[in-house]
Amino acid sequence: MNKINEILKTMEYGPAPEDSAVVRDWLKRHEAGFGHFIDGQFTQPSQTFAVTNPANGQTIAKVSQGSDADVEAAVKAARAAQGKWAALPGHARAKHLYALARHVQQHARFLAVLETIDNGKPIRESRDIDIPLVARHFYHHAGWAEILADEFPGAAPHGVCGQVIPWNFPLLMLAWKVAPALAAGNTVVLKPAEYTPLTALALAEIAREAGLPKGVLNIVTGDGATGAAITGHPGVDKVAFTGSTEVGRIIRRQIVGSGKGLTLELGGKSPFIVFADADLDAAVEGVVDSIWFNQGQVCCAGSRILVAEAVSARFTDLLKRRMASLRVGDPLDKSTDIGAIVHPVQLARITDLVEKGRAEGVTIHQGTAPAGCFYPPTLVTEVEPASILASEEIFGPVVTLTPFRTPEDAVALANNTRYGLAASVWSENINLALDVAGKVRAGVVWINSANIFDAGAGFGGYRESGFGREGGREGMAAYLSHPAPRAKKPEEAPVAPDASPAETLPASVIDRTAKLYIGGKQARPDSGYSYSVNGPKGAVGLAPLGNRKDIRNAVEAAHAAKGWGGQTGHNRAQVLYYLAENLAARAVEFEERLKSFGQTATAAKTEVETAIRRIFWYAAQSDKFDGAVHSTKSAHVTLAMNEPVGVIGLVCPTALPLLGLVSLALPAVAMGNRVVVVPSQTHPLAATDLYQVFETSDLPGGVINIVTGEREALAKTLAEHDDVDALWYFGTAAGGRAVETASAGNLKQTWTEDGAARNWLSAEGQGRQFLTRATQVKNIWVPYGE
Amino acid sequence: MTADSAAGGASSPGLSPLANDHRNPGMPLDVAMFEGHAVNRSAAERRAASLGARRSVKKDYQAAWLINAIRCIDLTTLAGDDTADRVRRLCAKARQPLASHIVEGLGIAELRLTTGAVCVYPTMVGHAAKALQGSGIPVASVATGFPAGLMPLNLRLEEIRYAVAEGADEIDIVITREHVLTGNWSALYDEVAAMREACGPAHLKAILATGDLQTLRNVYAASMVSMQAGADFIKTSTGKEGVNATLPVSLVMVRALRDYLDATGHRIGFKPAGGMKSAKDALNWQFLMNEEMGRDWLEPHLFRLGASSMLGDIERQLEHHVTGRYSSASHLALA
Repeated sequence: MNKINEILKTMEYGPAPEDSAVVRDWLKRHEAGFGHFIDGQFTQPSQTFAVTNPANGQTIAKVSQGSDADVEAAVKAARAAQGKWAALPGHARAKHLYALARHVQQHARFLAVLETIDNGKPIRESRDIDIPLVARHFYHHAGWAEILADEFPGAAPHGVCGQVIPWNFPLLMLAWKVAPALAAGNTVVLKPAEYTPLTALALAEIAREAGLPKGVLNIVTGDGATGAAITGHPGVDKVAFTGSTEVGRIIRRQIVGSGKGLTLELGGKSPFIVFADADLDAAVEGVVDSIWFNQGQVCCAGSRILVAEAVSARFTDLLKRRMASLRVGDPLDKSTDIGAIVHPVQLARITDLVEKGRAEGVTIHQGTAPAGCFYPPTLVTEVEPASILASEEIFGPVVTLTPFRTPEDAVALANNTRYGLAASVWSENINLALDVAGKVRAGVVWINSANIFDAGAGFGGYRESGFGREGGREGMAAYLSHPAPRAKKPEEAPVAPDASPAETLPASVIDRTAKLYIGGKQARPDSGYSYSVNGPKGAVGLAPLGNRKDIRNAVEAAHAAKGWGGQTGHNRAQVLYYLAENLAARAVEFEERLKSFGQTATAAKTEVETAIRRIFWYAAQSDKFDGAVHSTKSAHVTLAMNEPVGVIGLVCPTALPLLGLVSLALPAVAMGNRVVVVPSQTHPLAATDLYQVFETSDLPGGVINIVTGEREALAKTLAEHDDVDALWYFGTAAGGRAVETASAGNLKQTWTEDGAARNWLSAEGQGRQFLTRATQVKNIWVPYGE
Repeated sequence: MTADSAAGGASSPGLSPLANDHRNPGMPLDVAMFEGHAVNRSAAERRAASLGARRSVKKDYQAAWLINAIRCIDLTTLAGDDTADRVRRLCAKARQPLASHIVEGLGIAELRLTTGAVCVYPTMVGHAAKALQGSGIPVASVATGFPAGLMPLNLRLEEIRYAVAEGADEIDIVITREHVLTGNWSALYDEVAAMREACGPAHLKAILATGDLQTLRNVYAASMVSMQAGADFIKTSTGKEGVNATLPVSLVMVRALRDYLDATGHRIGFKPAGGMKSAKDALNWQFLMNEEMGRDWLEPHLFRLGASSMLGDIERQLEHHVTGRYSSASHLALA
């Protein structure tokens, strides 16, 4: 019987290999090794290391280990090119990016095949997903370059961007980083991952072919040391990193005090929530598109299935059947669903984690995989939240399944993670789906879908998944800077608080005690000490000397006030207008207080009046600084919602003790955040006077908490606190560095600035920039159609 | 007429048994099996779109998959200008769907390849049965006031009995769309059950006219009611609706028959019909069946492609496989 008759019996698919001859020829031409791409040309290969095809372990190329000197040369070339590149009209940069997009399309299959050989991902994915998205990203950002001046008035590029990207989507991550950087007028030094450097080098050739000016895009290959040399280079103005949370933390610490812009896109352990009224088959396919996409090596993969108990058994059954039909094998075969794990090191890591889980007693269901650097699709059931498999990012095709009882239960389980990158919610009930999308702490939420990407929407995480967005207007903003004001005379450290009794105090009718303000209540400091607050002629009062326990209490109170973020902008505006009204009624009292610190009558009057106006301005913004509906794919609504960051620590500058506090607290609370304020250490009494105004203005307890005392010590406690989501520090340079260092722990967003730099009385003291800092964008994807 | 003889054309050694093990006896109407069953259209569309991209067959494998598609084709003519000669020509093509030089080139002479069935109007059944005598190819007849079905029930049942008496082995009935659109499930159930009874030994394929039903939830519900009422096959379309067979609709129907199988143990066949013209379509629908249901649903007793011009495209592709040259329809026999 001939072969066709044989096949008719089994109806197997047979081999369907993608032709890789062109790519193999290209690799052969580069047999001597690849150099770096610096200043428009390739350097001679040096200190090369092998790049392998994970599907068969064969060496496919040799690339150079970037040295400090290479990085130096690349940064120098980028610096030299930057001024001219930024000075080009937007239209000229747009044409360059458009050309890149066109050339990527013209070399689409070449890039797809090369990506698959280098990374191990199935050709279907590189061909149908990665490379089309790369082209789409360059097109989209060609558009931003064109309209940049109109859409982002006053914004400037950072300068030289140092970018380090991972191996899971090598060329796509390059596009996500390079396209917005170039559109904004930055130049780039990029290091691709050491496992997967080849498409970046191919893109360098394509950039050369497309006529990108030399020095605008520089590619330096190498390992982590090369990456560290780039991110740490003093000539780099902005650092963008995608990769592990662990390395993100190292970079955060490395660039402390440098003033470099930073965006981090880190790990995830994203929930995949299936409600009882979901289309279960659709959800099963969603799991395939989530965790069995790119071998599960996806930072936003839905790696924790949470399924309603009512449908858990049926869902598990359907999922297991679907898992059995997945084909694991040769990535170049067109019928392959799951390709090779990127490197044996990663395979060992996945295997090790799953074995640890097995030892914990979970139940493991697996498909099949050939020998070699492959791992079968894996479903883990009977897994408790404490299991290593439920908490660690595995970065492999391994998904856990946990039943839940109620929507509340689902949200609690979903948020029971240090990460906050993405979430997938499956329900045919729009009320339920949007409610849960709002409650899940994640930068991207897919309703009845998973892993959908488009250049027009922002992508990025909450919490330890990093900060900053890529894609959309919010992603563009991450590559633009609004130059920070500089202090003529930097702020000096305040004199240490003196907690011994003051020599004299001004007489008052009845003695008044300033207290801390925590959870809507006046509180005595845990320390039991007070310190003298001085005017020009000695002490004018006593302020409580707060300590770390007071900060702890204030943060807890702030978390308890989470309902504030759920209120309407209108409601928040009402409270804030009322606050301004009550402050105005007591303006004279506040002027007197400021005068007691040594301010002139005019200055005191101006500060109070400015504070009242500022409160009005942010009250006005409460219901106006809203999100957008992004234009992405057809039959999708992509909502970009501005959400409060959460609990923000605010460390106020020394000068302008009333206005400084108002300028920081108001944008934060107007957007629904709750704050813990450390007021001017020197003159905290203007702040403690304020809590009486808060109390008369219906401000809910816990929304603004005030802890007076030694600024740097309190700032450090806030910075180290794992339950503080962001920290704004306006003080000394040394204090700023300390805050940035300590904030690396939970990767909270920081905003540090010299306390004396900004003229709080001018327009510098308020604006949309403050509101942007006070919000994070959650992109919610809602496909529709019946 | 036995279940065996109704099951299809080619009967060569080596291929899976062609007969369905036993016919779907149906079950009492159970609305809980479909009411509130969620079907998410955009998800179905995504899955349907990725099916063709996730699977590929090349060279001999492609040839085999195309040959298998021929085994499953209900070669169809349902036109107002059908004549006895037209039907005879169609039957000749069903008996010999590939030119002999292609059969030889493929080395499949011993397969005695035919299409799965020939599908005609009731008045053409006699001509078809005569033309197909001895071939083992079943005759399928549309009935029940095809394509709209808006005739009194007694006449529709009579039409079924007429077609069976003329020699039809399979009856492709149309459901009353109104019953679906108004949610009158018991009326739909009773109607299909009565039709099944009228079919006697002939197998019943229930045409849902999914283009008229519009929503995928309706498609799922109508599929389930038809199966509960005893349909042997569920079929997408008459070919006369504005939208005929699509992959997303097919996906939903296939999942319905899988759910019915899970619940009852009875295996139901699936027949997409209308709008499928290319060899690529033939592959995509087979990928759908194989991925969602497995190997058994690549056999004509559980899968049919209702098509007319598709066969011509398949034949051209297979000629190319044999000769290495791109083919011209004018060199191959018309259906």
